[in-house]
Amino acid sequence: MLPGFVMEAFQNDRGRFEGPLFKRRVIVLFSYTVRRLGSLIPVLLGMAFIVFMMIRAIPGNPAQVILGQQATEEAVAAMTKELGLDKPWFIQFWDYLSGLLKGDLGVSLKTNSPVSEEIGPYLMATIELALIAMIIAVVIGVNAGIVSAWFQNSWFDYVAMVIALIGLSMPIFWLGLMEQYIISIQWDLLPTTGRDNIRDPVEAITGLYLIDTLMAGRVDQFFEVIKHLILPGIALATIPMAIIARMTRSSMLEVMRSDFIRTARAKGMKMFWVVYKHSFKNALIPVVTVIGLQTGLLLGGAILTENIFGWPGIGTYIYDAILSRDYPVIQSGILVIAFLFVMINLVVDLLYAAIDPRIKYK
Amino acid sequence: MKKTLALLLTGILALSLALAGCSSSTSKEKDDGKGGSSEAKGGVLIYGKGGDAVGLDPAIVTDGESFIVTQQIFETLVKYGEDDTEIKPGLAKSWEVSDDAKTYTFKLETGIKFHDGTDFNADAVVKNFQRWAKSKDEGKFAYYASMFGGFEGDEGHVIKEVKAIDASTVEFTLNRPQAPFLKNLAMPTFAIASPDGIEKEGDDFTKNPSGTGPFKFKSWKPGDTIEVVKNDDYWQDGLPKLDGVTFKVIKDNSARLNAAIKGEIDLMDGLNPSDISKVTGDEKLQIFERASMNVGYFAFNVEKAPFDKKEVRQAISHLINKKEIIDNFYEGTAEPAKNPMPPSVSGYNDKIEDYDYDVEKAKELLKKAGLEDGFKMDLWAMPVPRPYMPDGQKVAEAIQASLKQVGIEANIVSYEWAAYLEKVQAGEAQSFMMGWTGDNGDADNFLYTLLDKDNIGSNNYARYANDEVHELLIEAQSTADEAKRNELYGKAQEIIHDEAPWVPLVHSLPQLAGSKTVKGFVPHPTGSQSLVNVSLEN
Repeated sequence: MLPGFVMEAFQNDRGRFEGPLFKRRVIVLFSYTVRRLGSLIPVLLGMAFIVFMMIRAIPGNPAQVILGQQATEEAVAAMTKELGLDKPWFIQFWDYLSGLLKGDLGVSLKTNSPVSEEIGPYLMATIELALIAMIIAVVIGVNAGIVSAWFQNSWFDYVAMVIALIGLSMPIFWLGLMEQYIISIQWDLLPTTGRDNIRDPVEAITGLYLIDTLMAGRVDQFFEVIKHLILPGIALATIPMAIIARMTRSSMLEVMRSDFIRTARAKGMKMFWVVYKHSFKNALIPVVTVIGLQTGLLLGGAILTENIFGWPGIGTYIYDAILSRDYPVIQSGILVIAFLFVMINLVVDLLYAAIDPRIKYK
Repeated sequence: MKKTLALLLTGILALSLALAGCSSSTSKEKDDGKGGSSEAKGGVLIYGKGGDAVGLDPAIVTDGESFIVTQQIFETLVKYGEDDTEIKPGLAKSWEVSDDAKTYTFKLETGIKFHDGTDFNADAVVKNFQRWAKSKDEGKFAYYASMFGGFEGDEGHVIKEVKAIDASTVEFTLNRPQAPFLKNLAMPTFAIASPDGIEKEGDDFTKNPSGTGPFKFKSWKPGDTIEVVKNDDYWQDGLPKLDGVTFKVIKDNSARLNAAIKGEIDLMDGLNPSDISKVTGDEKLQIFERASMNVGYFAFNVEKAPFDKKEVRQAISHLINKKEIIDNFYEGTAEPAKNPMPPSVSGYNDKIEDYDYDVEKAKELLKKAGLEDGFKMDLWAMPVPRPYMPDGQKVAEAIQASLKQVGIEANIVSYEWAAYLEKVQAGEAQSFMMGWTGDNGDADNFLYTLLDKDNIGSNNYARYANDEVHELLIEAQSTADEAKRNELYGKAQEIIHDEAPWVPLVHSLPQLAGSKTVKGFVPHPTGSQSLVNVSLEN
């Protein structure tokens, strides 16, 4: 169920989802969505082109990297030909594009399997981790920001904002190793690495282990998966958490100085409701924007966390591909992330209308 | 106002308590589970490594992370000794070599079945070799082409014919004698795979492999884990001792060690030298040291001035303090190198006396070359840790400091690894750091591959060309007599030492860590080993 204020945007004054206003809003939103989806195509095309050119601009021949230091010149030449890398770049790009239109993301040069087949599990692993991280970041970040604004210049405000600053500047690999050392090894609370207990592995169905374990009826494994998610989730959440907290605080401060808040307080309304309902609702737009952007960033930017926590995610997949010059994987991997990024932004834009009925799309 | 704050704080406290309670109670459960599994007979060993396998068809992969797994699933006709490269029987129980060293006749073990249920016999061996030789696909079977001189019909192809005499006898006829022939056959890449499986699976064989090895392939979660389980019909009685092995990818070396300390993995490779004290200080862990099969070196492009002068190269050889480098950057886990190949390889010339660290001698030599005032040079350093070089940049800085003593100003240059290799190979670097890990444990694989004039533009990055060395190495290639070969290689090393195209720096000793319950594990110098004799005991 959507939060109340989102539903409100579509209700008429009798609280029903009907009437001309409701219809108009739905139609406008729908046509806006369609137009936005249409504008995705040039964005993704441009993206594909830039990535295509960029990876070819970096030196290093994939054939050489795949065959290793040991390979003879002839072997490298033969491999280059086999991979189709001896063709002019525009033919290669055309081949790639026409493949994309057919839903073919290309074939990995390294493993020789289709990228569309390979990418799934990696993507799912990252999505699961990013979602948990965002939940941690949003719950803690938003609340810390609100309370900081509420009690501006109190000790809580200072401490929270200093922690946010530290969170922003802390190297993730260091934080990750420290988490492992203190929480896993010293306190023996949580596992250090991986997505599941290796001695009792989860059977992958959807690739989202939280769902897979429940589908298999393994509640014990479900909790095991949650335990494995906590440490990498925290490591990944620190930066977005800090950004969200700071953004919430400044946005809240602005709103809390407005007249209607003073009126609400003058009416004798409880401060909790003034802050969490009236102020927060009006401070939400920039916060939602930041949350959307950060979610998109996490999808591609989880690579350090993935390396430290033995997490088989898409950041690692693409990073390895860059090292081995696995062009199709780099191209398609980045394209998939870009696609998700744009989609998240679309959702954010649509949420604006729901949050603030004054915002109208044409 | 205070009330609500109190409420909020209480809520947070309750939540964190609930979380802590939940996690500690479940972690106890897990400990019980672990205790149970390690007491059980056999058990599953969890092996932590730094990268995922590329594929599981040993014939087409070239990377160590793949071979670590394929070594469990597949076996070769002959195999290496436990911790050296001496040749031992494998799937072939005995063999005979003709006097002209051109015919090898192998007697095979009988009654062995592949994991898919088909028979292992002479026919299967022939089919495997035909698959490689007839493919003419250098992109696919790169190792075959490089170890056996190309493919069927190529001028340099070594193997003329592979013939099944009867069900358990295979005869190899060679076009010319190849001294390291048996050592080549022992390489994990030339393991015998099920011909039936290859035919049925086609390109997917690499994801669903079938061999004769002690473990069968079970599952592969890309980027995460590969599971192999005990082959109950394994041909050697009582083996393997384990019920299975799970290979788990944890990229970061320190994080992998954390997992080993926690007991989540039983064995790990790629231990950072700086973390050794953590392992020795932990009563549940032990260190395994791999004998060296590599060389890390600092080389000159002998075509570029001033390194075309022997005296300059010798002078710099006198300026590099190998012991200091080993103490500072390898934490002592390496031995100083004086030859281009490690001592574990037969033919190693131990009589050679290394250039001692002597600044005065270096100055003298530079004076002879007319460069007593020093000069400017580019020193290329690798950007990534390699098995033979944990920190190229720092070692380069140490070399830079040494060179400064005689007025040589070295400018450190670095590129991303793939670009680095390509540029060094193209001869763009004036001087550079590089290294090599042996393939088959033969001297030829070091000296000929790295320093023969035939390989300029390939792996002879120093572009060193010496006709005398070339003749010695070519003669050694077609000599079957081990003692005679060693003599030839000994001589070649003397010339190379005097001409100093390289400053051989170190032979590193890769460190592994594992639980003390791991018994019977001997890391092999080639970098991967069968875990058939390993067991888990309390």
